[in-house]
This record gives sequence, structure tokens and C-alpha cells, in this order.
Amino acid sequence: MTDQGIGASVKRVEDLRFITGKGQYVDDINRHGQTYAVFARSPVAHATIKNIDVSEALASPGVLGVYTGADLAADKIGGLICGWMIHSKDGSPMKAGAHPALAQGKVRYVGDHVAVVIAETLDQAKDAAGLIQVDYGELPAVVDVGSAQAAGKAQIHDEAPNNTVYQWHLGDKDATDAAFAKAAHVTKLDIVNNRLVPNAMEPRAAIGDFDPGQDQFTLYTTSQNPHVARLVLSAFIGIAPEHKLRVIAPDVGGGFGSKIFIYAEETVCIWASKKVGRPVKWVAERTEAFLADAHGRDHVTTAELALDASGKILALRANTKANLGAYLSTFASSVPTYLYAPLLSGQYDIPAIYCEVDGVYTTTTPVDAYRGAGRPEATFVVERLLEVAARQTGRDPAEFRRQNFIKSFPHQTPVIMAYDAGDYAASLDKALEMADYKGLAARKAESARKGKLRGLGFSAYIEACGIAPSRAVGSLGAGVGLWESAEIRVNPVGTIEVLTGSHSHGQGHETTFAQVISSKLGVPIEQVSIVHGDTDKVQMGMGTYGSRSGAVGASAIVKAAEKIVAKGKRVAAACMEVPEDSVDFENGEFLGRGTNKKMTFGEVALQAYVAHKFDPELIEPGLKEGSFYDPKNFTFPSGVHIAEVEIDPETGHTRIDRWTAVDDFGILINPMIVEGQVHGGIAQGVGQAMLEHTVYDENGQLITGSFMDYAMPRADDVPSYNVSMTTTPCPSNPLGVKGCGEAGAIAAPPALINAITDALGHEEIAMPATPQAVWRAAQKSVRKQAAE
Amino acid sequence: MQAFDYRRPGTINEADLALKAAPGARLLAGGQTLLPTMKLRLATPDTVIDLSAIASLKGIARKDGGLAIGAMTTHAAVAESADVKGAIPGLAKLAGGIGDPQVRHRGTIGGSVANNDPAADYPAAVLALGATLNTSKRTITADDFFQGLFATALEENEILTEIAFPVPQSFAYAKFDQPASRFALVGVAVARTSGGVRVAVTGAGQGGVFRWTDAEKALSANFSAAALDGLKLDASNVLSDVHGNADYRAHLVGIMARRAVAG
Repeated sequence: MTDQGIGASVKRVEDLRFITGKGQYVDDINRHGQTYAVFARSPVAHATIKNIDVSEALASPGVLGVYTGADLAADKIGGLICGWMIHSKDGSPMKAGAHPALAQGKVRYVGDHVAVVIAETLDQAKDAAGLIQVDYGELPAVVDVGSAQAAGKAQIHDEAPNNTVYQWHLGDKDATDAAFAKAAHVTKLDIVNNRLVPNAMEPRAAIGDFDPGQDQFTLYTTSQNPHVARLVLSAFIGIAPEHKLRVIAPDVGGGFGSKIFIYAEETVCIWASKKVGRPVKWVAERTEAFLADAHGRDHVTTAELALDASGKILALRANTKANLGAYLSTFASSVPTYLYAPLLSGQYDIPAIYCEVDGVYTTTTPVDAYRGAGRPEATFVVERLLEVAARQTGRDPAEFRRQNFIKSFPHQTPVIMAYDAGDYAASLDKALEMADYKGLAARKAESARKGKLRGLGFSAYIEACGIAPSRAVGSLGAGVGLWESAEIRVNPVGTIEVLTGSHSHGQGHETTFAQVISSKLGVPIEQVSIVHGDTDKVQMGMGTYGSRSGAVGASAIVKAAEKIVAKGKRVAAACMEVPEDSVDFENGEFLGRGTNKKMTFGEVALQAYVAHKFDPELIEPGLKEGSFYDPKNFTFPSGVHIAEVEIDPETGHTRIDRWTAVDDFGILINPMIVEGQVHGGIAQGVGQAMLEHTVYDENGQLITGSFMDYAMPRADDVPSYNVSMTTTPCPSNPLGVKGCGEAGAIAAPPALINAITDALGHEEIAMPATPQAVWRAAQKSVRKQAAE
Repeated sequence: MQAFDYRRPGTINEADLALKAAPGARLLAGGQTLLPTMKLRLATPDTVIDLSAIASLKGIARKDGGLAIGAMTTHAAVAESADVKGAIPGLAKLAGGIGDPQVRHRGTIGGSVANNDPAADYPAAVLALGATLNTSKRTITADDFFQGLFATALEENEILTEIAFPVPQSFAYAKFDQPASRFALVGVAVARTSGGVRVAVTGAGQGGVFRWTDAEKALSANFSAAALDGLKLDASNVLSDVHGNADYRAHLVGIMARRAVAG
């Protein structure tokens, strides 16, 4: 079985249905008597709602209902929640404004949900939505996070004076200030981490379906975590008790974080299905996705690095303003705090770190976790500081990093994290070799001869994945535990269903989890089905995000498989009439040690259900086991990426010539899928660094609200990647895995900006480094060269 | 998309009658602009007249020493045409660089030219080459045809039928892609004709495609990239947006013109 087990590059079993159009996404599902929801959205960024007149819409053909925030309030439907409590440095709890699913009294961003129309057809619903008359009392927009807290700015939520949600900090300020005071060199950077629009291939969608006979709700939704959606819709929003609410997240076409959250649309659809007595379907159009999917990143940071004369890093200091948008999305508060600042030690032994973060409301789309979630922002700060500090002090950026690498493990950083394992120099050495670092000078000269500017940039990133030990995150304010569940149901003929609380929306769990079973139970993956995404099948789960499904989800599967083997041994011992402690399990067979007796896995499964050969007082019939696995630590994937670019200074066009990635993800379950995750992650990072530009005008209108203006990376924007691995097994989980889903998106932006600034010969460029931005920066390079 | 009446005439004459019978009707060529616009409800015509069944609107022919391309000829057909590659290879290359394969197999030269998007590629070629635009009613020169953003000399009830290109001594088009849409942020077409050099610019003009007469004069005197040295397009009438301010676009016009001349 080893050709299909852990470590085998098995082709993804789910891909046949995906690439032949046989997937079942929410929009492929149609319920009998289905109606259609269209949301009337705010065209202005900030306004009081003086009046909403829905009478004309209600009278429009085919309309079954038009509802506003007042209708939700009348039914005692609660607002959307933020599930992570952050306390400010003065000890006060964060100041969160209400987040009604349909606006109550005020709108706070363009795209905010004002009303919903339910009609027989989609076109009728659209027609009617256009007839809703809203009388807005416009207020000033607050777009710029840097000035949103200033006196005199419009107040977005009464609860949050100066538009400030929290003023949080982490680390030892006095020790950090003292280290800076004695530094031989300080590097200081002003950094903007640009806002991104997630743009999963499948837009969000929902079908609410109320069954009056059973008094039962079913929600089909594009979710990365259907159980969390059910918990929030039941316990906080008050749609129905959990046993009366089933949430199904079928095939989901990409999430990248944006489908973690519980949004207004699914809340309204499930509620409205009972109001109109018919199933209610909503499918986002791309324009709605731009306006109303939670965005990512959007930090403004001042960061400093202190060195002694030998180049040893003494301390790091960062002050960040995080744009949280107009409302707190489900996990918004945690992303710029506990998912960000604890990563500011990077791969480096930094004795003192201090970070302050202001969470700020603006009249823009809410911001929440997006591939990497806080860790890309931290890595960008650390890796830009390292690169620039090396340049400023005349050090080789690779050797400067090596000098400051953490070299012994476990390592306790000054910012919460205890790194368990790693070998950062191994990744650096391999990457330098693969990237032909020694040949860089010759390649630069060759580019210069052609009138081009060539540059190389490093990114030695670390991330914290496998989120997370429940007690640890609980102590930091998380509202939930972050374990994962698994249940293994062995059928009488030995085929296996694995129910997991993880959710696959592109990651390939149906393949990788089956590979884990194949290794642990010795059965071919064709005999294994992975079941996920339905709260009626899987009892409870925490879902997929933060590169947690391997480290936490698959670990739960391993724990359940161990219980299956233990039970199987007892059944086999009874059948083979040997002592229980003399049964071994190898390659799918139960062996009586010291005898020639053996039973296959399937034979034992059958005997477990036939139940003729053992005493039911001692052994229960059946073969089904479950596990809830709570990790004992985060995992710490790391790696070194090296980007090499060539810039055409005449146009500002930047060509990525080479990309070297050496990652340490611990043990790999499926190297091909891992490599694919690295490829996709780098592409997303390239998008952030060079292409994706979320621009609001001063009135809060999203200027880049479609693919005509918002540039996603295309195949010809990225090079053929040179990807390799090093391996230090993770000691914190039974598989030794670390997580790979976000690494590329974390590593890539600083590698690229470091490469571009190396080519330019100065640091004055921000993300995204668009052709226009690079051209302007290159003019400065040309002038600088002329002056020299 | 709102409901509409759909007509699919088989001849230009039938199309004419259909247009007259339905004031405000929209002509559907390849649908690469009209259909997305209708889906977004930015256009809500009561009647759509699909020209795809009119055989005489399609095809490429050598005619009168030039090249005649039917208005309903797709970009892919132009890109792959041996006649186009033989007579004006730069035009085939331009057509092969429009959009993506899906767009090139649906979009048509007539649709593009009649729409006159300020960032479209074809208008630059039509203007630089001094093409003639034949309609159901008359013949219009390229210099008279393009009249501003999304505006042309086409009247109500007038159908563009064919574009006739004279064969130049040389023709080349260089464009710099807008990173998101991959339309031209700036595109410059340079045609060397018996009557002198014509330079047409797309993507940059506040009034859509235009001729850069200073460059034409310089290149007519000395057809080399060096002839453009020191020549700067006045940025005051150049478009500005998030992808390129006027100064950057004006600069790119110079660079793309040089690259087109260098071939």
C-alpha cells in the first residue's frame, strides 16, 4: 500500500469531477419551489437611513417579500458576531459596533446590505430591488486608515470613539526601548501592506430551506467551516437551535479565508426561507464579491530593527494601524493582533520585540483573514527590515540572515511562540545553490548591457500553522476551541468512511486524508471515502483555515485510526484465539505473533459486525471510532524563497526571471499536492506584490471593483517555479506535518519587493509594484545613477 | 439580464428592416461588450439583432490591391488568415493579441471598430492604415469614422459591413497591456504608406483613438526610432486612471511608437 500512503504523489481523486464539470457547488443545487434573493446595497459609503420605501418593490411582479433590518429586529434575529475578544493595553475590551445583517438606521460602506427582495425569479428580484427607495442622509466617508482616528473625523460607530476598536500591544516595551537605545544601527521603514480582494473562483452562495413539517432549517452555503456557521447562526444569531439547523457546505470553489466568515447573506436567506415558506437562493455576482466578501491585509506600519556593531539583531519595534473596515467580521479582531505580532520574530533570535496595533474602523468593506492572515503582514515587516538593514550596513543579505537565525530548538520568542523544530540554514543553503546566487553579479551585468535592471530578493519566512491549542487560544481571547474531530466508520466488508470536521475547498483532502488511512490501516485509497461539509453527517468540527487540516484534522484521523486498530486487534485475537497482546497489525493484516494465524483488515471488519466469535460482555460489536484531537502547540513551517526580477526601466514592466522556493513543511503526505499549494501561494503573493490594487476614492467608492481594474495574477505573470523541500519533522503532532497552504502567499511579497528594490537601487516603492509605480521608481534610479 | 426580443436576420437587407422596425434595437456582433453590459443591466435594449447569420458580413478577401475584411470576421480568423499575414502581417499579429482565445473566437473586427472603445486595438490599426469603412449606406474614411469615446460616424439604422485596408509598405503595432483588463494601456500603430507615415494611438486619448501628427512628420522625414528622440506627446489630453496617469501614458506612447517603428 505504500505507493498510495503517506509520501506518495497520488493524483487527486476529486479532480475528475472538478475538471469535467461534475462538481456539486451551491449554485448547482436547486430545491423544489426555490425562490431568489437579491440584496439592495448601499451606493454610498456612510449615511443615515432616513427612510426606506419598499412599497413599489413589493408590488413588483413575482415578489414574495421585501425585508429590511426592522424585520430582522422584529423577529429577534441577532447581528453578526466577531468571535475573538481583544483587550486594549489599558485592559478595556475592544469597542465593537453592532453588525446587523440588514442595516439598521445607518449604512457604513458601499455594498452594505440595506434590504432583500425575494421573488419567483432572479430577474424579478433584480427588477424589484431597483425599485426600493432609500432616503440617505450622507455623512463623510472615512477611507484612509492613517487618519481615521484623528479628531474631527466622522464617527462610524457610536460605540467606538475615534473609530478605534482597540489599542493593543504585545511584548516588552521597556526592554525593547533599552535595546534600541544602545543599538549601533537602526533601520526604520514605513510599510503599507495593501488591501486585497479575495476573489475565490466560486463566488459566495447560499440556499435557505425551511421544512415546516419537521420545523427544520437546512442551509447550503459556501463555507470553509459549516459547523462554526451552524454554531454562530444558532447560538448567537438565533435562527434555530442547533438540532433544528443543518448546514451543508458541498463542493466549494476556493476560500482563501473569505468563506470562513458568517455573512449577512446566508443569515438572511435561511431566515427568509421561513418567512416566505419557500427555499431562498442567493448567488453572488462578481461585483457583489468585490464589495461584500471580507477583504484582506490593509496595514500601515512603522517598523524598526536595532543591530549591534557586529550585525546581531538586538530588538524589533513595530507600530501598526490595521484597517478593519466598517464592521468587525467573524475573526477580524484576531488577524492583526494574535495572528500577526507573535510572528514578528521570524526565523531570528531577537531578544526584545514590542508591537503596538490599533484596530481601526473605516467606511470600507470589512477586513478579515485572507490566505496567511496576519502572518504575511508580519513576514513582510521582518523580511523587509532584514533586507534593508543588510543593505544599509553593507552586509550580504543571506549571511546577515544566517548570522541571526535561531539555531537551537525549542526556542521561546519574546512574543508568545515557542518554536519546536526547524533548520533554517539548511533551507538557505539549498536555496542559494538552486538560485545560483554566485552567478547573480554576472546576470546583473548582462541585464545592464540590455538596458535592464536586475535584482534579487530573499524571504526567510516562518508561519504558525495548525491553529491551535484550544487552551492557548482561549487564554488569548478566542471564543472557540480549535481542535478537530474525526470519525472512522469501517463497513462490514472493510471499506471505510472517514468523517472529518475539516473542509476541503480545493486542498485535496479527499486524496490526502485517504492516503493517511491507507498508511495507517493498510487499505487502498479506493476503499476510502472522505465525508465532510455536512453537519448532519459530521457531528462537529472546526473547519479549514490557517493551514490546519493536515496538522490538526489529519492528526484526529490518525488518533481515530489508532483506536480502530486497537479494537480490530481485540476482535482478531478473539477470532484467532490468541491473546490480545500478541496481535500485531502490519500492512493491513492482523497477525498472531509467534503463530501462522492472520486475518485481513476486511475479515476482521466482517467479524466485528457478524459478532459470532467474541463475548459481547467483553467486546462491543461494530467497528467505528472517533477522536477529538487538540494540538499541543502550533506548527512552524518555514523556508527561504529567492525571487529574481528584471525590470524594463522604459516601461516599468517587471519580469520575474527566477523563483526559488525551499520550504520545510515537515513530513509531506502528498508531495505533488504540497508543491501545488506552494505554486498557488506564490502566485497569490505575486498578485499582492505586483498586481492587486484595491483602491477607494475619497468618497469610499471602490474604484477597482471588477477584473477590468483589479489585476489578478495570470499564468504569464509568474515564472516556472523552482521548488524544493527540506524536512525537519514536526514533533508536536503524530504525523510530523506542519502545513503548507499559506506559505507561498506569506513568503512571496517580501521576496519580490526585496528583488525589485535591489534592482532599483533604492527602497522607495510600495505594494503593489505596478508597472506605473516601478517606472516612476526607476526614473529615480536613473537619476540616482546619473548623480553618482 | 432583462428580457428582450431577439432577431437573427439572414441578409443585410433583413437586418435593415429589423432595425427600422425596432427603434433602439442593438446590433449584436461578437457580443464581447454588449452582452456583459446587458448582464450588468447597463444596457437594456428591447430588441437585439444578431448579425451572425449574415454570411456576406464574414470573410477576408484581397480586393483592389488591398484587403477587405467583413465586419463579422472574428479576431481569430484575421489572426490566422494567410491573406492578412501576406498583405499586412502586423494586422494579423494585432488581431492575435486581442484578449484571450475565447474573446478572439467570438469578438469581431466590426464589433470592435463600431464600439470604438478607447482602449481597443483595432481602431488604432484602422486609423493608422487609413482604412475605408463600408456600411449598409455609404463609405466612410477612417479619419472621419472615429468621433470620440465610444462614438463613431455610424448613424441610427446603419450597419458596418466591411473594412477595406490599403496595403502599406510596413505596419506594426506595439502595445503595453493594462495589467488587469489586458486592454491597451497604450497601443501605437505605425503605418508606412505611399502618402507618408501615419501613427495612431489607442488607450491614451481622452477622446479615444487619435493620430500623433508630430510623430508622423518626424517619421515621414526619417523612418527610424531615432527620429522620435526628443519628441514628447502633450499629456494634457491624455487619459489618467489608476493604472496610468497622463504623464506615464504619454511617455509610453513614445516608447511604444519607437518599438513599433523598430518592428
